[in-house]
Amino acid sequence: MTLRPDLAAIAAHVAKGSRVLDIGCGDGALMAELESTLGVDARGLELNPAQVERCVGRGLSVVQGDADRDLANYPDKAFDYAILSQTLQTAERPDRMLDELLRVGTKAFVSFPNFAHWRTRAALMFGGRMPVTSALPLSWYETQNIHHVTIDDFRELARAKGARIERGWFFANEKQIGAPAANWRAEFAVFELSR
Amino acid sequence: MATPPTSKSFALPNDLPLDCGQALNKVEIAYESYGELAPDKSNAILICHALTGDQYIASPHPVTGKPGWWERMVGPGKPIDTNRFHVICANVIGSCMGSTGPMSEGPDGKPYAMQFPVITIRDMVRGLVALLDGLGIDRLHTVVGGSMGGMQALSLAANWPDRAERVLVIASTARHSAQNIAFHEVGRQAIMADPAWQDGDYYASDASPDNGLAVARMAAHITYLSEEGLTAKFGRRLQDRSSKSFGFDADFQVESYLRYQGSGFTQRFDANSYLYITRAMDYFDLAEEFASTPGSGKLADAFAGASSRFCLVSFDTDWLYPTAESRHIVHALNAAGAKVSFVELSAPHGHDSFLLEHAALDRVVQGFLE
Repeated sequence: MTLRPDLAAIAAHVAKGSRVLDIGCGDGALMAELESTLGVDARGLELNPAQVERCVGRGLSVVQGDADRDLANYPDKAFDYAILSQTLQTAERPDRMLDELLRVGTKAFVSFPNFAHWRTRAALMFGGRMPVTSALPLSWYETQNIHHVTIDDFRELARAKGARIERGWFFANEKQIGAPAANWRAEFAVFELSR
Repeated sequence: MATPPTSKSFALPNDLPLDCGQALNKVEIAYESYGELAPDKSNAILICHALTGDQYIASPHPVTGKPGWWERMVGPGKPIDTNRFHVICANVIGSCMGSTGPMSEGPDGKPYAMQFPVITIRDMVRGLVALLDGLGIDRLHTVVGGSMGGMQALSLAANWPDRAERVLVIASTARHSAQNIAFHEVGRQAIMADPAWQDGDYYASDASPDNGLAVARMAAHITYLSEEGLTAKFGRRLQDRSSKSFGFDADFQVESYLRYQGSGFTQRFDANSYLYITRAMDYFDLAEEFASTPGSGKLADAFAGASSRFCLVSFDTDWLYPTAESRHIVHALNAAGAKVSFVELSAPHGHDSFLLEHAALDRVVQGFLE
């Protein structure tokens, strides 16, 4: 099956046989891919009970819970990788979430929509309205994205938190693009972090 | 209650050691099974029953004639599909549907009554494991249990970690809370306050403590339902009358319903069994069982050797074993590194939801067994 490009980038860089926690795992597409192709021991955390049901039906180990609260119950360094895809911007406190990721995981993958993409900037600058784009499809009043973040903001947060950015991948129009001017050009970013 | 009919029965070849330090001899375990056992015995599912449940999971109850208690879940083409799985359900020791319990004959040839030793959930499971040994089933495909059945499934996973590949625990808990114990104590006191109880020696007499047992069932039954469910089903509606009687008849439908539940229960259940099984549940604290010193028990230690896959399910209106209890187990399993899934399902019917129609529960059960 075809993974979303940010998930594919993550899947391509997870080590064989490692232990992975996928936070906000959705229907478990990434977990299933990691388990079947890399023999990864994957666990998931997902808020939506219907998605959890789907995961259980796929034979995945997924716990229904809220990442803002429930990460605290996982032991330190229980996982080689903690993965947070498209969820950071929905966290109550993304800064604390980043700390938790690097507590439960030796490394972390974080993917998020880049609020500084030129299309978003243009919508705000010329339209004077909160942007509604393919990357950010919901209006301001109904979006779960309560903490919009840009690539440069994230780099700054990582620096402030003492987290090392090991690698980054950038995407526009479902394709990977180069790092130069990514804060303008990328709709999505994925970072691999450690501490 | 009526004399229990004959189910399939397995006589344990050895005495059954108990947590209280005694041993039970000549133990019989009555059980039912459904579906064919595969030649390699890889498709066996053990279902553990709840407090007042029994082995008649998918066949009519021989006393009441009612359908099996989980027919909607177990059978050909059902989520626990007996075309694929060999499903075993045994009456727990201490109960009254054919397995050794207080109404069984003791060493002196008379019913044990209150001479029956106090048993624990782990003792029940020890009996079930002895049955599996007798049936030649080393490793279950899955052990499944709701409510007290879930406690047994957890106990099996913790104490006999190699015996089940999958562990499915529905609407259950790893320990009885003060509130759980309190409700059980009301039930026990109701039984023991009934003059017909006669210190438990009522088997040879004409009277049995049906009134006390009925009250115990009524009190317990309330804990199995939700306020929302009771309101929807009964509200303040009157029973077969247009106005209040200014007396103590069952004016309200809810009173009539509870009385009916209480008296119906006495047809099929033994009061002493009710005392013993509620005691076993009250004593249940899986973390304490694995504590090196009293009070030091961490639930994660109970699952230190667990290699099974776990799935826990709770219901949002269950106030008997609320979601927080399932989460507590999930956290312990996570801390122990066990593979665990958990989902809280929405259902209006409180604790009893696990026995009722629930499409999402069916999907979770079926999916987990794949």
